[in-house]
Amino acid sequence: MSNWIVIGTALAYLFLLFGIAYYAEYRMKKGKSLISNPYVYALSLGVFCTAWTYYGSVGQASTRGIDFITVYIGPTIMAALFWPMLRKIIRICHTQRINSIADFISTRYGKNFSLAVVITILCVLGIIPYIALQLKAISASMGILAKSGPEQSGLSGFLGDNTFYISLALAAFITLFGTRSIDASEKHEGLVAAVAFESVVKLLAFLAVGLFVTYGIFNGFGDIFTRASADLSLKKLFVLEENSTYSSWFFLCMLSMLAIVFLPRQFQMGVVENTNESHVKKAIWVFPLYLLLINIFVLPIAFGGKLIFAQTDVHADTYVLSLPLHYGADILSLLTFIGGFSAATSMIIVETIALSTMMSNNIATPLLLTSKRFRSGREGSFSKIILNIRRFSILLIILLAYMYDKMVALHISLVSIGLISFAAVAQFAPALIGGIYWKQASQKGAMAGILLGFVIWFYTAIIPSMANAGIIGNDMLLNGLFGQSWLRPTALFGLEGMDSISHCFFWSMLFNIGSFVAVSINSGKSDQERYQAEIFVDIFRHANSPATGTFWKGTASMPDLSDLISNFLGRDRAQKLIRQYAQRHQIPLDQKNADPRMVNFAEKVLSGVIGSASARIMVGTVTKEENIRIDEVLRILQESQQMIELNKELRRKSLELQKATDELRKANDQLRDMDEIKDEFLYTVTHELRTPLTSIRAMAEIIYDNPEMEADEKTRFISGIIRETERLSHLISQVLNLERYESGRQKLNSSAVQLNTLLNNIIDSVEPLAMEKNIRIIRNWPDAMYLLQCDAALIEQVVYNLLTNAIRFSPENHGIIKVSIRNNHDEWEVWVEDNGKGIPADLHTLIFDKFFQARNQTLRKPEGTGLGLAICKKIIDMHGGKIWVESEEGKGSKFIFTLPLQ
Amino acid sequence: MKKILVVDDDPYILMSLEFLMKKEGFDVKVARNGTEALDIIQQETPALVLLDIMMPDMDGYAICKHIKGNKKLQHIKVVFLSAKSKESDIQKGYDLGASLYVTKPFSTRDLMKKVRELLAAA
Repeated sequence: MSNWIVIGTALAYLFLLFGIAYYAEYRMKKGKSLISNPYVYALSLGVFCTAWTYYGSVGQASTRGIDFITVYIGPTIMAALFWPMLRKIIRICHTQRINSIADFISTRYGKNFSLAVVITILCVLGIIPYIALQLKAISASMGILAKSGPEQSGLSGFLGDNTFYISLALAAFITLFGTRSIDASEKHEGLVAAVAFESVVKLLAFLAVGLFVTYGIFNGFGDIFTRASADLSLKKLFVLEENSTYSSWFFLCMLSMLAIVFLPRQFQMGVVENTNESHVKKAIWVFPLYLLLINIFVLPIAFGGKLIFAQTDVHADTYVLSLPLHYGADILSLLTFIGGFSAATSMIIVETIALSTMMSNNIATPLLLTSKRFRSGREGSFSKIILNIRRFSILLIILLAYMYDKMVALHISLVSIGLISFAAVAQFAPALIGGIYWKQASQKGAMAGILLGFVIWFYTAIIPSMANAGIIGNDMLLNGLFGQSWLRPTALFGLEGMDSISHCFFWSMLFNIGSFVAVSINSGKSDQERYQAEIFVDIFRHANSPATGTFWKGTASMPDLSDLISNFLGRDRAQKLIRQYAQRHQIPLDQKNADPRMVNFAEKVLSGVIGSASARIMVGTVTKEENIRIDEVLRILQESQQMIELNKELRRKSLELQKATDELRKANDQLRDMDEIKDEFLYTVTHELRTPLTSIRAMAEIIYDNPEMEADEKTRFISGIIRETERLSHLISQVLNLERYESGRQKLNSSAVQLNTLLNNIIDSVEPLAMEKNIRIIRNWPDAMYLLQCDAALIEQVVYNLLTNAIRFSPENHGIIKVSIRNNHDEWEVWVEDNGKGIPADLHTLIFDKFFQARNQTLRKPEGTGLGLAICKKIIDMHGGKIWVESEEGKGSKFIFTLPLQ
Repeated sequence: MKKILVVDDDPYILMSLEFLMKKEGFDVKVARNGTEALDIIQQETPALVLLDIMMPDMDGYAICKHIKGNKKLQHIKVVFLSAKSKESDIQKGYDLGASLYVTKPFSTRDLMKKVRELLAAA
């Protein structure tokens, strides 16, 4: 394949990345973020899979069998801890505007400048070889495709080296999309989109190769494994080696567990670029799934390569590419190359961004800030300088990696470089994890742990690999430092029988954790440290407290502060931010001295631009800080915390109170309604009582005052008194009846009753009344049995009330009342019809209310208590029947009630 | 002889008041409902009306309003006799121009005393 096709493809792919990144940023500006999506987040974590995964896993599997999988088991286990741990780190970063792992640790330990510098240097030392490894993978794969060894092009100097130009193109890409905004804590949407895309590309490409090897060259998994197990040299790969394998499995799993969070690129993608904490939830299963998919074909390709290239010198690290090439599948080979290229570039891009941010924020900027000349720079000029520092850092990192690749990396396999980097970043784990869960952890402890860990790491990992590469002599490996055999780098303190990485990990972590804990317990802490410890460990309690951040007590003039922010962000942006913050927290801006919260805010804004340590220094330049005692700070923090909790409690209480009040009011309303009803009932009852009472009193007084009155007149008055007394007792018994029915105290006394007999009896008893008004009552039912179960006395009362009403309202002399029985399915219907003046439709239901008449008008019906129909309704209800009226004005009324046959 | 009209739908009250007024020496007319009452007021123009409020055809307030809204009749004194004892009902009666509002049940002796006073003042 021509060199130009390979380079052209690589460049075309890079252009595609540019396009995707541009598109993502374009979408972001339109407010339709492409990357604010849990799947994109999970895919961006796939930056974990580098060229090491892509090429190196197969290489490792072909010599050590299933061992390669440890590097993916660790992250899978860690994914389960994402929610409790990664989310906490994310929350801390977002509230503190932290933009790198160095920033994180230094912020936790009192915004310590030297800690940030140490971590940055160690990151660069640990990661540059890893980046170099990716460049090596790129150049090697290009070499294989172009059928010319990488050494040959390398010999003609870097100007003739494809990798050099690819590196420059990458540096351009990173500069373009990684240094867009001065605020490094802002999201790089274009980059994230590109990285997520690359995760898809490398997965698809690897799956394509896997399918090609498994089903194209061989006849499926079964075929490959059968043939491999028949091969004696491969058979041993099917089992775990006996000695040291279990311990190395354990340590490699641990190591990769830490790597998935603490590698700068993972920290960048998983924490800094995270747009939404809830995306972590999705990543908990999507990311392990991704790792599973990308590893499915590792063993088949490794075994396939071993079987096919058995007698050749094809390196196992190149099987992924060599296999399709060997079978002349050119397009697939090119796709495979792109897959490997994407794995390498995504790693380089993200790692470089992370490192360059650390370098510029933690080393270059603080150095510059100490220079007076720089500080007196004009408004906005800082931002340009800082961006340039970051750009320069990017170029520097890429070039360093390129040089490393050219000079050192030739003899080290992909896997070992990767693991050495893992072990390097694992040194941050105690300080970081301890820092977010253990308030006692101190800056001195962190520094001691990290430094000691790194010394051990360097001694047990770098020295042996340098010796193996022939850069230094073998003497130290064999005889130990100063000839002390217990100081041999691969068997420290006489610990033998472990593989070198497990050995390195074990000792470095032991010393790291040991010194971290011991020093932390025994060292004092600065106020700032204790304050930060409080915030980091209890971030979920403090996240919403306005007091998080450095605590500044003392005075800064508002104009100075505003100038400071303007220097870094430009006046417009600075003014906008200040105004927004002031508005949100209702801080007056017209005062000369800045509000302490505003000072905090200024520091946080600057942290995003120049890192927290530098930001503290810068804000310090405009603040006359008074000595502030830590207990005071903690008190204020706790107070604000207590205030929040108090407020919450208060809100909860007042809600409860509100609820209780509402319920009380409702109950009260009900009671009042009932009271009103009762009042009205009472009023109506007394009103109804007053009339007969008035007559009785008047008549009694007349008789008493007029003893001389004539006898027949006296009789008239006395009989009046008797009649009115009867009326009174009737009314009272009606009221008591109704009350008994309504309260449910009246029990039905049911028996078998002949309905027609019952009707006959009542009609007989009221007929004399009807006769007085010359009204006719018609009994309208055929001779038959009308049996039902009911309380006869009560039903008699209903019929009596309906009939007396009918008589009352029927016209004298030509009134006709008709009583009928109808059978309607499982119930009897009784009709009582009259030819009176009828009832308007709107009163058809109201008339069954007690005292309806008295209540609804000032006119009085001729006679009656006003309770008759209410009592009827109650009795029929008790029997499970219905009662209603059908009537039109002027056309008489028809009262109907039903009774179930039962 | 002073003319007095008694309006009530309750026959026993009517009977009692008629007896008392006659004994006092007044010329008594009685009405059992609003229509009868308006007729008698129009024809006889009594000096005083004892007026019930709740009646079958129209209420006592309407009758009072009619009396007080008519120049020829407005000198007639109105005394409400009612079982409606709410403050608002009583107020309404006075607002309509009644001279007195007596709630039932009442003392016939007191009532007669008040009626005498009212007629003496006229």
